[in-house]
Amino acid sequence: MAVTYEPIATYTVPSAQASYTFTSISQAYTDLVLVVSGSNSSGDSQISIQVGNGSVNTGTVYSTTFMYGNGTSAASSRDSTQSWAHVARLDTTLGNSIIQFMNYSNTTTYKTILGRGNDATLTMATVSLVRDTVATNTIKLQANDAGSINFTTGTTFTLYGIKAA
Amino acid sequence: MLNNIAGVLAPYVATPTGDFESIQTTVVGAGGASSITFSSIPSTYKNLQIRAILRSAGASNASSSMQFNGDTAANYSSHSLTGDGASASAGASVSASNIGGVQYWTNTSLFSTEIIDILDYANTNKYKTTRMLAGVDGNGSGYVTLTSGNWRSTAAISSIVINVQGANNFAQYSSFALYGIKG
Repeated sequence: MAVTYEPIATYTVPSAQASYTFTSISQAYTDLVLVVSGSNSSGDSQISIQVGNGSVNTGTVYSTTFMYGNGTSAASSRDSTQSWAHVARLDTTLGNSIIQFMNYSNTTTYKTILGRGNDATLTMATVSLVRDTVATNTIKLQANDAGSINFTTGTTFTLYGIKAA
Repeated sequence: MLNNIAGVLAPYVATPTGDFESIQTTVVGAGGASSITFSSIPSTYKNLQIRAILRSAGASNASSSMQFNGDTAANYSSHSLTGDGASASAGASVSASNIGGVQYWTNTSLFSTEIIDILDYANTNKYKTTRMLAGVDGNGSGYVTLTSGNWRSTAAISSIVINVQGANNFAQYSSFALYGIKG
């Protein structure tokens, strides 16, 4: 059978930087999977994501529902009408996240992003909505909304494509 | 060994490329569908994964359910942890006739999403375990859920049915893709 789970691009942060953007993402897949492993320069923070076609959508088209556990209790919260999707976590010591962009090349529906991640203090699951019907070929990751903190050296971003039959 | 670890942990860990294969995909047509069936599933993989987007063609939101090998008896159980934006809650269903699945909504622009792993599905010496990451966000509403499921049968899984509840058929463009993960 044909290979259906393929690496598209990998980026390793060479020195501290606030953001990274995947561009010209192939439309040949059904879903995208983004693996983030690393840390940031300033404590607990959501990984912020914007998507778009040609350039990212910077409008308030993003929303996220969170569920998380910190070793003591489980909780849930929500961000609505945001300019970033808050898909997973990083802190200064570690963070691992798998982010699923479902049906990313569809041009008739809004886009949904599923996230699973953890840092040193909690584990979480997220679902984010992008109220935009454009096919996604650009994904920007930023260490926080403001761009005021950095991904640390050695943090990796790996993007995979999954192709359905 | 690496393949085994990666397969069990998927989708939380990236699966080695080449060990993840598309088996069957169903995209719902204009008339909608009351169920989706994956049949004649080969036993040549270690684990299965279903990746789906789904929307309700009915008048209300609803939840899907899953059965294996045509078994409609009370041989299933599941446990869930769900966040609705305000609080997290746990649920359980025991001695049930199916494994509960994702909620799917009526909003025309919002498709619910789910990723279901079915572990060691061809092993004939153990009951079968599933887990699911699913959710939908509606900018002010929505939920995200983690669910584990169990089918108390040692039979190798060769077919999977995903059913709607009530009259809320799966809407056009709902899509269900089945993948096999090698061990």
